[in-house]
Amino acid sequence: MTELTKRTKSILSVAVCVAFLAAVYIGDMVVPPTSGMRMLFTVLEKGSIYALVAVSMNLLNGFTGLFSLGQAGFMLIGAYTYAIFSIPTAMKDSVYQYFDGGLIKFSITEILGNALGGVLGDFGVMLGEHIGMIFLMLCAGLLTAGVAALIGLPVLRLKSDYLAIATLGFAEILRAFFQWKAAGPITNSSNLLRSYTTYDTPLFPLISAGICVAFIVLLINSSYGRAFKAIRDDEIAAEAMGVNLFKHKQMSFIVSSFFAGFGGALLAMFQSSVASTPFTSNMTYEILLIVVIGGIGSVTGSILGAYLFVACSEWWLRGLDSGTFLGISAAFMRPGFRKVVFAVIIMCIVLFYSRGIMGNKEFSWDGFLGFFRKRDRKNRKTGKKKTSAKKHNKDTDIEEEAR
Amino acid sequence: MNFFVDNLPYILAGISVGGQYALIAIGYTMVYGILRLINFAHGDMFMVAGLVMVYLAASMPIYIAIPVVIIFTVVLGCTIEVVAYRPLRSAPRMSIMISAIGVSYLLQNTALYVTGGLTQTYPEIPWLAKTVTVFGAHTKMVTLITPFLTIALVIALVMLIKYTKIGMAMRAVSRDFETSQLMGIDINRVITVTFIIGSLLAAIGSVLYFSNYTGVMPTSGSMPGLKAFVAAVFGGIGSIPGAVIGAFIIGICENIIKGMELTVFSNAFTFVLLIIILMVKPTGLFGEKNIDKV
Repeated sequence: MTELTKRTKSILSVAVCVAFLAAVYIGDMVVPPTSGMRMLFTVLEKGSIYALVAVSMNLLNGFTGLFSLGQAGFMLIGAYTYAIFSIPTAMKDSVYQYFDGGLIKFSITEILGNALGGVLGDFGVMLGEHIGMIFLMLCAGLLTAGVAALIGLPVLRLKSDYLAIATLGFAEILRAFFQWKAAGPITNSSNLLRSYTTYDTPLFPLISAGICVAFIVLLINSSYGRAFKAIRDDEIAAEAMGVNLFKHKQMSFIVSSFFAGFGGALLAMFQSSVASTPFTSNMTYEILLIVVIGGIGSVTGSILGAYLFVACSEWWLRGLDSGTFLGISAAFMRPGFRKVVFAVIIMCIVLFYSRGIMGNKEFSWDGFLGFFRKRDRKNRKTGKKKTSAKKHNKDTDIEEEAR
Repeated sequence: MNFFVDNLPYILAGISVGGQYALIAIGYTMVYGILRLINFAHGDMFMVAGLVMVYLAASMPIYIAIPVVIIFTVVLGCTIEVVAYRPLRSAPRMSIMISAIGVSYLLQNTALYVTGGLTQTYPEIPWLAKTVTVFGAHTKMVTLITPFLTIALVIALVMLIKYTKIGMAMRAVSRDFETSQLMGIDINRVITVTFIIGSLLAAIGSVLYFSNYTGVMPTSGSMPGLKAFVAAVFGGIGSIPGAVIGAFIIGICENIIKGMELTVFSNAFTFVLLIIILMVKPTGLFGEKNIDKV
C-alpha cells in the first residue's frame, strides 16, 4: 500500500474535475427543464458562487485573521458594476424608466457581440458576448478591489471587533450610496436592474469560480500566504520576523474583495436581476456561517460548506416549508420553518462542533484513500499494523475536488 | 436660531430616539466591558421584545403585558447567555462572536417564521401615544418621556454599579477577568446580572421605540442594534455615561440628516461617525486606554 506520488495525485484530481464537468454538461443537456432534478443545477450554480465568496472571506478571516464583515458590500459593487455595463441599449429606457434611460448609454457585451458578430456571424455574437462578460467580471473585481484599497487604508489599522464593526459599517454605507436618488442615473436608485446578459450553461459559474478558487489557493501556498498565516498566528511575532503588517493585511483585503466582487458579478448573472436590498449584513452573516460550517482556515471546507448550505436551504429542506418533510406532515411546517431548523442546526455546529467539517485541514488524496483503507482494515480485522496513510499532505491537491 | 426652529421636530425626535438607543447601548457596553464580546443578538432581542408585546397585547390588557414583556426579555437574555455564550467562555474570541451572530440569525429567522414576514402593528399604549405640542411642534408623549426616563434609569444604574456589592464585582470583573475570579468573585453570577440589566433596559427601550415607530419586522432590530453599538463605541466602550451621550448624539444627528432629505444616508452617517472616532480617538470619548501586552 504505497502512498500516491504527486504526479498520480495531480492526474487523479484533473481527471475527477474533467469527469465532473462533463457530467454536469451532459446532465444539463439531458434533464428536461420541468424535472425536479433541475434543482441540482441551481444548487451547483449558486453553490459555486457562494463557494467563491466563502473562500474569499476565508482568506481574510481564516488565513489572515482579519475579522471582516464587509463581504456583502463588496459583492454589491461587483454585481452592480456587471449589471450596469451589460444592459442592452434597447432595454435601457425600460430599466431606467425613472431616470431617462440612465447615464450609461452603452453595453460592453453588446458592443463586443456586434463587433465579432459582423466578422464571424452567430458564433461571433456569442463569442463576443462571452468575452464581454468575462471582461466585465474582471472589471467588477478590479473596481471592488479599488474601493477596498481605499476602505482598507483607515479600517485595517483597527483590531478585531472594531474591524468587524467598521467593515460592516462600510458595507452599509455602500448600500446607502447605491440606493441614493442622486446616483440614480447610474445605479437606478432602489429599483431593479434587469435584462442584462447572463450565462446559459451551469458550466460558466462552475468553471469561473473554480479558476478563482485555484488562484486563491496558489496565493495561500505562496510566500505571501505564509506571511498571512504568520500574521494570523501572532501579529507581533510576524512583525518581528520582518513581515510588513500593513502591506500584507492590505493585500489580503484587496484580493479578498476582488474575488467577492467577482462573485457578486456571478451572483448578478445567477439571479438575472439585481437590487441592493438583499445585500445586507445578513448576507455577510450567511457567508460567515458557511465558512464556519466548513472550518475556518480550510479552503475545501468552505467549498463543501457552501454546497451544503445552498443545497439545504434551497433544496433538501424545502419540504419543511411546504408541509411535508420525509413523509411527515404537520401544521407547524409552514413557510419560514426551514430557516428556523436551519438556524438551529447552525447553532449546534457553532456550539458543539466548532471546528466545522474540515477543521483547518484540506482535502487530500492520501487522507481520502486512507479513510477507506482504515475502514477496510477495521472490517477485516487484520491485526497487522500498517503505517497510516492518513497523512494530510496539505498543499499539493487541487481544491476543486470537493465538488 | 432659525435652524433650531426649523428643525425642532427633528431635534425632538432625535432626542427621543437617542434615549432609546441609549437604553440598548448600555446592554452592549456592559456586556462588552465584561466579556469583550459584541453581543450581536442584543438588537434582535430588542426586536423580539417588540414582537412579544404585539402578541401579548392582543390577549391581555396593556398594563399587564408590559411587565410580562420585560420579564420575558430578561429570561431570554439569560437563556442566550447560558446556552450560547457560557460553553464558549474559554474558546477564542472569534468563536464566541460567531456564536453571537448565529444567535442573531436564529432569532431573526424564528421571528420571520412566527410573523410570516408581515409587519406587525405595535399596540398603542394610551398614555404614551397622546399628542402634545412643544414650542409649536406636535409630537407624541413618548418623545417627551423618553429622555427623562432614560436619564433616570441611567442614574439608577450608575448608583447600582458604584454603591452595591454586585456593582463592585462588575467593575472588578471588567477590569480583570481572571484576577477577580481568583479573588473569589462568582463570574457567572456577575455575567448573569449584566445580561439581566442589559435585557431589562432593552425591553424598556423597545416599548418606547416601537410606540413611536409602530411597525415591528423581523429585521427591525438589527439597525437600532448596530447604531446602539456604535454609540457605545463612540462613548468609549465599557463606559455607561459615554454610551448614553454617544446615543443622544447619534439620535439627534441622524434625525437632522433625515430632515435634510438625505434619509438613505441616515444609517450610513452612523458608521461614518464610527470610523472617524476610531481613527481619531480609538478609545472613544470616555474610554480607558488599553495597553496590549505581548
